[in-house]
Amino acid sequence: MSLEDLYRKTTISPDGEEFEINPIEDYFCTDKPEEVKPVQNILEKFYNWARSESIWILGFGTGCGAIEMRPLMTPRFDAYRYGIQWRPTPRQANLLIISGYLSTKTLKRVIRVYEQMQNPKYVMALGSCTINGGMYFDSYNTIKRLDYYLPVDVYVAGCMPRPEALLAGVVKLKTLIKTGMAEGANDYANRFDWYKTNQKAVILNWDMPDYNW
Amino acid sequence: MGEKILYAFISVFLTINYGFLLNGLIRKIYARVGRRHGIPFYQMYIDLLKSLALRTNIRHGVMFYLGPVFRFTGGIGLFLFMPVIFGSELFANFSFSGDLLLLLSFQFFGTLGMALGASESGHPNSAIGVTRGLAQMTAVEVPFVMALMAIAVQYQSISLHEIVAAQQGGITNWTLFTNPLAVVAGMLAVLGSFMRPPFDVVLAPQEIPIGPPTEYHSNYMVYLQSNRAIYPLAKSILIMNLFFGGATSFGEMMLKTFLVIMWSVFVGVSFPRFRVEQSIRWFLGIPLIIGVLAIVYVQFFLN
Repeated sequence: MSLEDLYRKTTISPDGEEFEINPIEDYFCTDKPEEVKPVQNILEKFYNWARSESIWILGFGTGCGAIEMRPLMTPRFDAYRYGIQWRPTPRQANLLIISGYLSTKTLKRVIRVYEQMQNPKYVMALGSCTINGGMYFDSYNTIKRLDYYLPVDVYVAGCMPRPEALLAGVVKLKTLIKTGMAEGANDYANRFDWYKTNQKAVILNWDMPDYNW
Repeated sequence: MGEKILYAFISVFLTINYGFLLNGLIRKIYARVGRRHGIPFYQMYIDLLKSLALRTNIRHGVMFYLGPVFRFTGGIGLFLFMPVIFGSELFANFSFSGDLLLLLSFQFFGTLGMALGASESGHPNSAIGVTRGLAQMTAVEVPFVMALMAIAVQYQSISLHEIVAAQQGGITNWTLFTNPLAVVAGMLAVLGSFMRPPFDVVLAPQEIPIGPPTEYHSNYMVYLQSNRAIYPLAKSILIMNLFFGGATSFGEMMLKTFLVIMWSVFVGVSFPRFRVEQSIRWFLGIPLIIGVLAIVYVQFFLN
């Protein structure tokens, strides 16, 4: 998709009839995300337990740390023990792992992917480059602090963190979910404008709708 | 009739739970074959709860809702029109004299429902994903129907109840021994409908995000996962009734269906995946030839 595809345009149907298309309104939903406040009762606690015991990771390697995710599926580390599974699609996934540095080009895709995930959703940032830029601190086309652009639940520091550290991060995320503190999706909805301003400041060719359902 | 409906609910409930636990066990077996500890065997229940606990979901229109419902109906329908346990009123379900033909159509029902639902989801690749699924399903049906025909001709009946009844009275009365060619064709063909390797590329479980369920999440996902518990089980009950003498108790049913499903698990852990066109070619090769031979055998040697 390019920017021109989002412009209003006139098309002629096979019958010869002329009609106008406004892709942003016709093809995309323009509603902003809404906060869904959790009701603090015993059912929500039970659900939080289920959410923490069944974490579906989106199999989308964003940076060099993606190579550290693969060993988790192997017999040596075997993340499946913790109820972790990999899903191919953002619709079904709960956890987005930002594996290392993010170039602004990848950030755009990551935002689209994150917004397609359903509430509740969690973000784990892997490696020093997501915290302060790491070894890419003076790079012209990578972002330095991930939490300006997406709400991050857990950071795993290191360059690169080993798979054990990744597993420790998941265990930490589980305790956060169980205590009801992993509310990144609601935070994103509440501070939507702030996040969008930050995102648009680094993504110069913004050729997508403001919120990708 | 009211009693029958109650019995149907009970048998569906028992069978679906058996299916969930069986799926968990199979994943454990897969993990152990790969020398992993593996996911807990009760993980399916937690996944269902988690999917139900999602706070938002995306709607794409009526057909998008109905896709998983049709899929689930296909699984439940296949199960409900079969005698699960021979001679038991509780597990007789709604089987009737022509049920074999109805079961054939129920096998396709779910996939067709998903085709409608996935195409409404607006996913650009859903059409090719569904086409691949339907193409493979069609190729699976051809040798399977050959085996079914051979059995229908052999027993002069298209009622599953009568077919099971004819196989009672000793292990040598099973179709496995009276018509081994049909059993071989049927068992080879049925591998394609268990959604396990080497024939699960159409489902695109992990690496290719163009499978029909790509857009489905939350409650839709619950339907699809429940169907994945009951559909292979219903299919293996059909196999058990056709080839292995049916079952006279719940324990016997559990053992026989477990062994039938283990057949697909054994093949699944041993062989790498086929691409779709490879699997279609395979189904229309050896299983189809054996299926035709089974009909010839029944027609000229058995009657």
